[in-house]
Formats: sequence, C-alpha cells, structure tokens
Amino acid sequence: MTAGPGARGDQTAAPRPLPGGGLSVRGAVVHYRDDDGSVATAVDGLSLDVSRGEVVALLGPSGSGKSTLLRAVAGLEPLSAGEVSWDGQDLAAVPVHRRGFGLMFQDGQLFAHRDVGANVAFGLEMAHVPRPERSTTVAGLLELVGLAGFAGRAVATLSGGERQRVALARSLAPRPRLLLLDEPLSALDRALRERLAGQVRSALVATGTTALFVTHDHDEAFAVADRIAVMDGGRLLQVDPPARLWHRPATRQVAEFLGYEAFTAAGAVPALDAAVHAGPGTVLAVGPGSLVLADLPGRGHDDDVLRGLVRSVGFRRGVVELVVDVEGIGEVTVVEPSRAPVGIDLPVVGDVVRLAAQPGAIAVIGWPG
Amino acid sequence: MAWGVAAVVPLVFLGVFFVLPVATLIARGFVADGALDLSGFAEVFGRRRTWRIIGTTLAQAVVGTTVTVLLGVPGAYLLHRTEFRGRRALVALVAVPFVLPTVVVGVAFRTVLADGGALAFLGWDGTFAGVVAALVFFNYTVVVRTVGGFWAQLDPRAEQAARALGASPWRAFVQVTLPALAPAIASAASIVALFCATAFGVVLVLGGPGYGTVETEIWVQTTQYLDLRAAAVLSVVQLVVVVGVLVAAGRTRVRRERALPMGPAETVSRRRLALRGPGRRSGDAVAATVTGVVVLVLLVLPLGSLVVRSLHTPDGWGLANYLALGGAGSSGGLGGSVAAAAVTSLRVALDATVIAVVVGGLVALVVSRRPRSRTLRRAVGVLDGVFMLPLGVSAVTVGFGFLVALDAPLGLDLDLRGSPVLLPIAQAVVATPLVVRTVLPVLRAVDSRLHDAAAVLGASPGRVLTLVDWPIAARSAGLALGLAFAVSLGEFGATAFLARPDRPTLPVVIVRLIGRPGAENLGMAIAASVLLALLTAVVMAAAERLRPIGAGEL
Repeated sequence: MTAGPGARGDQTAAPRPLPGGGLSVRGAVVHYRDDDGSVATAVDGLSLDVSRGEVVALLGPSGSGKSTLLRAVAGLEPLSAGEVSWDGQDLAAVPVHRRGFGLMFQDGQLFAHRDVGANVAFGLEMAHVPRPERSTTVAGLLELVGLAGFAGRAVATLSGGERQRVALARSLAPRPRLLLLDEPLSALDRALRERLAGQVRSALVATGTTALFVTHDHDEAFAVADRIAVMDGGRLLQVDPPARLWHRPATRQVAEFLGYEAFTAAGAVPALDAAVHAGPGTVLAVGPGSLVLADLPGRGHDDDVLRGLVRSVGFRRGVVELVVDVEGIGEVTVVEPSRAPVGIDLPVVGDVVRLAAQPGAIAVIGWPG
Repeated sequence: MAWGVAAVVPLVFLGVFFVLPVATLIARGFVADGALDLSGFAEVFGRRRTWRIIGTTLAQAVVGTTVTVLLGVPGAYLLHRTEFRGRRALVALVAVPFVLPTVVVGVAFRTVLADGGALAFLGWDGTFAGVVAALVFFNYTVVVRTVGGFWAQLDPRAEQAARALGASPWRAFVQVTLPALAPAIASAASIVALFCATAFGVVLVLGGPGYGTVETEIWVQTTQYLDLRAAAVLSVVQLVVVVGVLVAAGRTRVRRERALPMGPAETVSRRRLALRGPGRRSGDAVAATVTGVVVLVLLVLPLGSLVVRSLHTPDGWGLANYLALGGAGSSGGLGGSVAAAAVTSLRVALDATVIAVVVGGLVALVVSRRPRSRTLRRAVGVLDGVFMLPLGVSAVTVGFGFLVALDAPLGLDLDLRGSPVLLPIAQAVVATPLVVRTVLPVLRAVDSRLHDAAAVLGASPGRVLTLVDWPIAARSAGLALGLAFAVSLGEFGATAFLARPDRPTLPVVIVRLIGRPGAENLGMAIAASVLLALLTAVVMAAAERLRPIGAGEL
C-alpha cells in the first residue's frame, strides 16, 4: 500500500505542486440545479489531491455530493468556483472527451448495439489505435477481468457482475490518466460485491491506474483504496490511509460514520485508559469489537473490567452480537464468535456481564499529528 | 453552434411553408383592404349553414371518438395483454386502416354502404352514421396501439394486489387498471378527436350531398363559391378547435412521459386467452367478442368488399377495371391515365419523404437534447410543440394557405403556386410531425449517461451522435421513412388544392372518378383505390419490419 502525498487530508492547506503530479482539486464548488429551478450546493469548496498511481476512495452517505464531485472532475458538470487540474494544468477549458479520464458507472452503461469486444475497443477506436493492437489490448483486458473469450458475446447475455467487469475493462482500455469509478459495485449483490472489490483493486494495481473510487460501502472503500476521503454535505471530513482513518478518526462525526458507538473523554473511564494510553484532551471512541466478554480465560484483570447490562442478543453470520449498556460509557455492541454446542455460556437479555477493553480496537479522536 | 443550425433549418422550413401560409390565411379573415375588418366573421357566422356545419363537425368528433375508444379499449386488452394463436397476424391486420389513404377508406365504405353493398339495407350511405363508421375504422388502430402499448408495460401486480384484497375482476379493472390507463386513453382520445374533426377525404367521398364539416366547407367555399374570405374565416375556426385539442393532448402526453420513465422495460408476460374451462375469464370473452365483431364488420368487410367490387365489371367478373387504369376514363378530362397519376404520386411522395425525414430528423435530434440552461430547455420544449402543429392543423388549411400566401411570398416577385416543388413540400409539412413522433421517443429513451460514457472514452460530440445515437435511432428512422412515404402517397387535403390539373396524383384521380356517373368510372375508382392501398401496404410492410419493439407513439 503506497503512502499518500500528505499525511493528513487538510483541505485548508494552500495549493502546492504535487511531487508525483496527478489530480488536484482546489476549492471546488458545484451547484446542482433541480428541475423545479431550485439550486442546491452539491460540492462546497472541496480540495483533494490524488497522486499518480494512487487509488483514493471517496466514502460518504448517499447525497453527500461524492458522485457530483466525480462528474465535475470528469468535466460532465461545470464548476461554479475552484479548479480541477492535472499535473498543474487547469482543465477548465478541456472538454470531457479530451481530458483522458475514464469514468465507470454504477450500471455499466454498456453500448447495447455493440458486442463485448467492441465495447471494450470503443475508447481505443476514439484514440485511433490500429486494429491489430486494439484486439490484443481487448483480449488482454478481458483476461485481466476474468472474461477471456467473451469478446464476441452480446451485452444482453451478460450477468450483472459480468457487465460491470466489461465496463471496467472498457474504462481501462484507453489507459486513462485517471479512472473515476462511480459506485461501480453498488448494483451487485453482497457476495459478488465483496469478490469483485478485490478484483477491481488488483486490476487497478496491475495496470498502474490512478483512480478515484466513489462508494457508500465502508468495506469496499477499505478493500480498494490506498487512501480514503470521507465526505459529507459536500465537504471532506478526513483523508487518510485506511488503517489511520480507522484508528485515528479526525472528528466524532467521522468516527460515528465509521460505526463507532460511544465516546468518552480520555481519563474518564479507568478501564479504557488502562488499555489505551491516550493524551489528555483526546476522546476515546468505542465500537463493535472494542469490548469483549471478560469471563473467558485470558481476558482482562479484575481491576480493569467494565460492567454492563445486556439489552439485546442477536445472531449474524457466525457471530453473536450483544448490545450492552456499559457503565460510564453507554450502549456498545459486543461481538463474540458463536460456538457450538448451541447457546452454551452466552449471556441472555437482562444479564450483567463483565467486559474487557481490547487495546487495539479503541479509536482515539484528536490524536496529535 | 451546430445545434443552432440544426434548430434553425427546420424552423425556417416551418416558418416559410407552414406559419406563413397559415398566418396569411388568418389575416385574410381579419383584414380587408389593409384595415382590421371583422365583418367577414359576422357575415359567415350569420349564415345558418355555418352553424349546421360546425355542429356536424363537433358531433362527428365527439361521436367518432367515443365509439372508437369504447371499441378500441377491449381491442387493446386482447391484442396487448393476452396471448393466443394468430395474435400477431391480428395486430398486423388492425394496423392496416391507419396507414390507408383516407380516399381509399371512403371508397371502401361506399362499396359496403351504397346500393348493392353488403350493408346497404342500413341506409347509411351518405349519412352521418356512415361517415362515423369510416372514421372509427380509420382511428381504431390509434386507440389499440396507444392504449395497448401503455397497457403492455403496466405492472399487473397492482391489479393482483386489488384482487388479493377481495376485489372482483371487474372492480379491480374499474378501480385500479382503468385509472392507470386514463392518461393513455386521454392521449389516444385527443388524437382521435383531432383526426375526426379534421377528416377530409373520408367526408368528401362518403358524405352525401349537403353533408359538410368545417374542413370540407373550406374546400367548397374555395373551389365552388370562390369565397376566399369565408374559407379563411372557417380556417380560423378550425385552427382554434385544433389548437385547443392539441394543448390538451400535449398535457396528457407530458403526464404520461412523466408517469412512465422508459427504463429497462420489464417485460410483462401476456396471459393466455381464457374463454373456456375452469380458468375462463368473462372479461376475455367480452374483449374477444367485441374485437371479433369490429375486425369482421368494420375492417374485413370494407376491405374485402373493395377488392371484390374491383373485379366486378358491367360485363361480369374480370380484370377490366384494372386494365382501364391505363386509359383516360370513359369521359376523359382526368388529366391523364390513372397509371400516369400513380407514377406522379410515387415521385412526389419520394421528394416529400426526403424533405420530411431530413426536417423531422433534425427536430427530433434537437428536441431529444436536455440542455443544462432552463431557457434552452424551455426553447426545446417550444420547438417540440410547434412541430406538432401541422399534425393537427388540417391539411386543407395548409393547402389553401399555400395558394393564398405563395403567389408573392414575402413581397418577392415570385409566383410559386405553379411550381412543381410546392406539392412535395406541402406533403412534407403534413408528414414531418409523424417523423418526429416516431424518432423522438427512441432518441429520448437513450440514457444520457450513455453519452457521458462515450464522451469520457474520448468520443467528440459528433462521434457520440454517429456511434451512440445513430445506431439506436436508425431503425426508427427506417420506420419514419416508410410512414412519411405512406402519408405522402395518400395525402389528399393539401394535394387537392395544389396538384396541377394536368398532373394529378392517385388520390385526386380517385375522387374525380368517384364524382362521375357511370359504372365504368366507379369500377375504375375502386380498382385505383386497390392499387393505392397496395402501394401503401407494400411501403408500410417494409417499414414495419424496421419498427423497434415498443417504439413510436402512433
């Protein structure tokens, strides 16, 4: 995993040339005009850098403006203010088809009147690549996305996952300077999505493609990206590599978006402070996995356990989830692997349980540096 | 820039060949000797004849539309929601009347209703009922296609939900399905009302002496009484009626397009027709009976009768009527042989088709765009509406307007009236809206993100058009070509005014023949009608093969 150009995604930083070149968005504002004439600000003064060869995920809830930002970078939406540049060159005057950026849609948008091979070849035809070279590239890309031999197939005969893989191959074919992916896996079912996320990552890395990947799915963002940019309300909240984002969320809002449930000031709960040595002024974020049942061998000492009342018990894909109201912290989800024989030793609603903090699974908000 | 040119060319065409003639015509009604003068209106409206004619026109539109809708809705259900052997053949048969030239329809109904016809005992020859029957024949397809096409895409689960909640089949239909169909029915009804109110060829051939509508009255006032003022006043009346209906039609169409976003059309499977057995549905029996009677009495009988009568000569059965088409008729003065008229018709229709497809294609292209700016979006909407006008504004008005306006257009010292280019242009004005309505829905259904996908892959706007829009629209363009050709071939309203006496088209010759006494002339008229119907059918059959599934509004 390559490191990003800046340690922190500080969107107020002054424009600076990127060491490796690449995409630079500075103070971008995009207004979205609705059919009834009302104007909304979809992107609100946002700055972001993507250096060459890097994969950045734009993660945010739906309606956060991430797709609009992507379309603005592609040149499909006009900027009301700010600048989009590549290698320091402003792209304002460059029309969509001359930017050399690729865009992959949520629903593929394959050309139904062309077969799979002709779809993948489209961008190469636009670039006047000679025919023999074209077919070699097409065959290579189809192989890369696991669809070798599909060139002659009609688009209508493909499954949803196959269509998205063709769309990916089509986007990669003209070797775009930057590939923009707009929720490319969202329309697929969960199992397929998880499998394809890995495939997308390896295809991007294998081709050395610089990419900006929009998604509202955390797992997808963490699986695909070198850095994750968390976006909400048209602004960036934090830009960091996945591990740092997960363990050191910049604000409580980011932590909540990532799934952390309860927040306490450092120093307020001794059992947590014993596990995480965070400085004064920081906030500890507790989420699923941060606490485990202490009455199992090898977990915690008597002096640093927490006590809580079990509110609900649920079962999901091999784990038991307990929602526990923890003294001094609040409601936290505790995840325990489910064990056979069924139901043995697990608490039920109304039980008081003892919990131990898992040092590595508690995030620190406001960590200096 | 390129879009500007694409918009300006059709606008200039429409301006010179539609707005100018119609505006000149309206001015004729309001202005006399350079001053505003409404005495023409007072005088025309002072005649009892005028009110009788307006009454007939409205009654014809209301009764014709009501009967067509009542008969057409069961047909829409049968042909678009159920499956049975021979369904496709029946769909093709039902499509025939709409493209048949009005003159042919008129002649066909005469062979049924006049003395010696199968339904002569009804005494409907030359009456209101006879004209309405022919109008229902002509417009039945419109209702079946418009309502049926909509019905076919209607999610059946709403009706199933109502049934599961305890509604009887009939109640579920009336309370759930019918309201959902309302926009389509309203849209079809407004189009049918328009066609009924502006019918010309059918009324002229089928209406008896003294029978007249606003449309035929314009023709009578111009050609028989030479009262251009009265004709102009009547054209204004006709225009008011038509614009009113068009505005209503436009409203329902907008609502329909909003209600039914064309997405990946979920194919609703047709149910097998259930007339017998435990699973029989009484609704199916009603639909099958109504449609069966309509098809046999209203469609098969007139067309069959037309063919049979064409073989019936004063000397027994034979091809004499057809052989006579090479000659000039028993009393001469036809302006050449029927065969020569057929050749003229084909030539004029070819020219008209080229003009209509170029102009209509450009309009469809421009109107299918969704510009970002609101002003431009609104302008596109206006352009769409403006090009629908010729569909409603009667062809007679267009033809008459040409005569009035183009003797010295825009003050130029030119008399275009005798020019041979005038006829194809007038026919193109009539055919252009059909081209637009055929191509536009297909272009509109192209997802704008498909354009985006091509653009980010490096396609310039021009290449997006040729590589994305064109392959998708090409098939509908083929259909538009056929429709335009068929319409031009059978066009009678404008042609009646503009065809040169020495070079008539086929419909003009048929009307001349049918207006003459003698069994021989009638026989020739019938044979010529069969010939015209055949030419049209061949063109449409070729074009129908190009129809993309579910495309086109008409």
